[in-house]
Amino acid sequence: MALSREQVAMRVAQELKDGYYVNLGIGIPTLVANYVPAGIEVMLQSENGLLGMGPYPTEAELDADMINAGKETVTAIKGAAIFSSAESFAMIRGGHVDLTVLGAFEVDQNGNIASWMIPGKLVKGMGGAMDLVAGALNIVVTMTHADKYGNSKLLNDCTLPLTGVGCVKKIVTDLAVLEVRDGAFHLLERAPGISVEEIQQKTAGKLIVNGDIPEMVFN
Amino acid sequence: MAGFNKVVHSYEDAMAGLQDGMTVIAGGFGLCGIPEGLIAQIKKMGTTDLTVVSNNCGVDGFGLGVLLEDRQIKKMVASYVGENALFEKQLLSGELEVELTPQGTLAEKMRAGGAGIPAFFTATGYGTPVAEGKETREINGRNYVLEEAITGDFAIVRAWKADRYGNLVFRHTSMNFNPMAATAGKITVAEVEEIVEPGELEPSQIHTPGIYVQRVIKGNFEKRIERRMVRKD
Repeated sequence: MALSREQVAMRVAQELKDGYYVNLGIGIPTLVANYVPAGIEVMLQSENGLLGMGPYPTEAELDADMINAGKETVTAIKGAAIFSSAESFAMIRGGHVDLTVLGAFEVDQNGNIASWMIPGKLVKGMGGAMDLVAGALNIVVTMTHADKYGNSKLLNDCTLPLTGVGCVKKIVTDLAVLEVRDGAFHLLERAPGISVEEIQQKTAGKLIVNGDIPEMVFN
Repeated sequence: MAGFNKVVHSYEDAMAGLQDGMTVIAGGFGLCGIPEGLIAQIKKMGTTDLTVVSNNCGVDGFGLGVLLEDRQIKKMVASYVGENALFEKQLLSGELEVELTPQGTLAEKMRAGGAGIPAFFTATGYGTPVAEGKETREINGRNYVLEEAITGDFAIVRAWKADRYGNLVFRHTSMNFNPMAATAGKITVAEVEEIVEPGELEPSQIHTPGIYVQRVIKGNFEKRIERRMVRKD
């Protein structure tokens, strides 16, 4: 069966390593914070200017001056740092953030990503997404493998205006985990009960399947 | 000895000199850390044809959104503008021009503007619509886009504490764009929660040195929350 949003987040959380600085985008990426593996410590970066983002506040902790990049009220953990947006994007652009997780409309086999603009629909803006994809050392994209009409979102070439070029390294969809390198999608894992054939059928870009593809393991 | 007394006592004095067609840089991220009273004063003055540079354009009826009500903004430079129905309406009707700028590039444009750097190369936006019409260059095997700095006739910021020298300290994440905005205005006006005596701010803890700030006014803030999220404990 295709993964739920929570399961996609759980699988992405397996990419976290002890000591990582991580930026989580809005939507499924935000859920990753709920599944940080036991025994490891990561610091969450929020691009408005917070390193060491904590959970939502209690009523008593609520503070209008304490928000995350999604403009939601948050807390800071002990050991957090707060700084200007220029400083925040200096650490992003400068490659100091170890992992960025974000959603996308389309990804292609050359690691290009389109996530901010659908021509003909109202364009709200890219926010910090272009800076994040240009700066992070390691980018994981979460998305559904195909749209609701069954059209693949993993393409030869993105059709929508790009957010960044050649930057996506890994994709976790509701069907599979794939690595992007050498101009192709490499299938690494399947969602439990999902066949390689179904993934092949729903991947429009070049897909490389090498040997037996294991199912994802959730603890 | 009024030389370094930058404190003004009315919003009229705070925004004196603002004229039609000027560029105003505003600090804030969403509704967090916005100079509420200075925005209200611009609304009251009715200044038009403004170019406003800020990460967002407020919401309907609050923040920079109020400047849309009487069509005071000609052009908005921002990274994300999705929170505002009136904005959408004026954008679609062609009354409002928008220059969407990646958030980090926007912050750096302000920083560069204040720091006397006319332009900088960044990888952000290379190969995307943002790079169209801009100079690009390959440096050490990577492609970059040349982005120009931004300065404003006015910069309006919100700080937590100030002294009469214009030294500023920001509170929590309401800092956001405020320190860069403060450096990039020909006239920078800081609306603050508290004005303290010189010496009360620890010199090494000052976020924005007073040299960047021309006017300081004590404000009262509603501090509206855009997305109120709480956990139950």
